[in-house]
Amino acid sequence: MTMEQWVYPSVYVKEDDFREGRVLYTTWQPRLFYAWDRGTAIGRFLAELKQGRIVGRRCRRCRRVVVPPRMFCEHCFRPNDEWVPLADTGTVITFSRCYITWDMRRLEHPQIPAVIAIDGASPGVGFLHHLGEVDPEAVHIGMKVKAVWKPADQREGAITDILYFKPMTE
Amino acid sequence: MKREVAIVGIGYAGFRPLTPDLSYKELVFEAATRAYAEAGINPRTDVDSFISVAEDLHEGTSITDEYVPDQLGAVQKPVQTVAGDGIHGLAMAYMQICTGQFDIVVVESHAKASNILHLGHVTAMAMDPVYTRPLGVHPLALAGMEMRRYLDESGLTHEHCAQVVVKNRAHALSNPLASYPAVLEVEDVLNAPPVAEPLTQLEVSQHVDGAIVVVMAAGDVARALTDMPIWVLGIGFANDAFALDSRSWAQAEYARLAGQMAYRMAGIRNPRATIDVAEIDDTFAYKELQHMEALGLCAPGEAGYLVAEGYTSLEGELPVNPSGGSLGVGHLLDASGLARVLEIVWQLRGDAGQRQIPDVEVGLAFGWRGLPTTSGAAIILAN
Ligand SMILES: [Zn+2]
Repeated sequence: MTMEQWVYPSVYVKEDDFREGRVLYTTWQPRLFYAWDRGTAIGRFLAELKQGRIVGRRCRRCRRVVVPPRMFCEHCFRPNDEWVPLADTGTVITFSRCYITWDMRRLEHPQIPAVIAIDGASPGVGFLHHLGEVDPEAVHIGMKVKAVWKPADQREGAITDILYFKPMTE
Repeated sequence: MKREVAIVGIGYAGFRPLTPDLSYKELVFEAATRAYAEAGINPRTDVDSFISVAEDLHEGTSITDEYVPDQLGAVQKPVQTVAGDGIHGLAMAYMQICTGQFDIVVVESHAKASNILHLGHVTAMAMDPVYTRPLGVHPLALAGMEMRRYLDESGLTHEHCAQVVVKNRAHALSNPLASYPAVLEVEDVLNAPPVAEPLTQLEVSQHVDGAIVVVMAAGDVARALTDMPIWVLGIGFANDAFALDSRSWAQAEYARLAGQMAYRMAGIRNPRATIDVAEIDDTFAYKELQHMEALGLCAPGEAGYLVAEGYTSLEGELPVNPSGGSLGVGHLLDASGLARVLEIVWQLRGDAGQRQIPDVEVGLAFGWRGLPTTSGAAIILAN
């Protein structure tokens, strides 16, 4: 069987047809601007990041320590009880080597996003961040990592005040 | 299957123009805590299903329902989002309970309007992208055009609309939750800067942040939980044609149809004689009049005269928006309908404080989804 039976006599639309206005279409650039209130829990979390510290919240009933913090325990449904200073070290729960950008361009050197369980928080509790200063092939689940901070005078109270986590020398 | 369904708890938080101290999650947690305390339930063990009424573009987050469970006590439970007015969420909860599969269902809605820097751009995203948006018309102009057509057909005047503002902001004086109480004259409203003629700035409700959580339960469960269940007699929702080119500009067709559905279910033939108190969407002043007529609380073209006579004031025959409505309390985006329900529940329980209306047995709440929609929902409640 040849492909010819599937080829219809027609005019194909080409990129130039759009560019030169032979095909009509409408575009819209959304103008959406938000300024989210950080609230009590995340507000304190970010303020502490600016000081180079990671903090969580403990629920005395179930004893869980969560980070990023919230002011209530989602399992017990009650206000949780206290701020807990945590280490800036942790363990890789899972990771990926990501070879694409937001707009699907290829990356020669992959980003390495990882979910990191923070030391001092309950097992399995932590947050998403990047890994850096690491051989991509050497990353593994259970790897011990430590935060690499922005210089103090450049921190602004944001999750990006941590540049990335790097392997701890074992 | 039809089951008896009642509201057994309702909680609120915020109701302020700015809430920089609290995240929306913290607001919802506070409202939920109040609602569950009232109902005497533990959400982790007693609630069968949770419904969130939210609009992604109001949140600035796609698929916002993913962010709902923690602050409601809904982790690892059935959760879904309804896009609409808060009363659409109550309708969904009602239907879930009627399946027999769920006995206690929770409905949440909240507004963080202060976090949306340009609400006009967000609302513009609801207009047709190909043949409406490129014209660059602010969505409020739709309200101006609808108001003009409504006044033209009803024979009512701009003064009638201004009376609604005067009444609702005066009602807000006796509501501690209200952000916009004021003593105004009709002239103040008419002489306020025009927004989209004939609509003036004082005829447009201003936004507040807040959260409302409602606990609904099936008949016997409700009776076991509280001595004062607020029964759902009827509930209805409807849309008109959406398109600007074919909707009915003068009448609120969606309100008429939603009301009809709710009245039929409640067995109400004469709403005006049956309803003791009504909380009705007043996003814009003329909307209260238009919605009153559509909901059968008066004859077409009569609403303005009733307001002017004081028939719908706190001391009147049929108080409308005793809370102050959105004009007096503040507009809560998707949660606005639940703010209307909050007042009706308090009135039916006798908990409305200074503005308590005597001998209230049946109340109506109506919510509109806002510009540019023709989407509304009505609920009839009784004690
Ligand atoms: Zn706990």
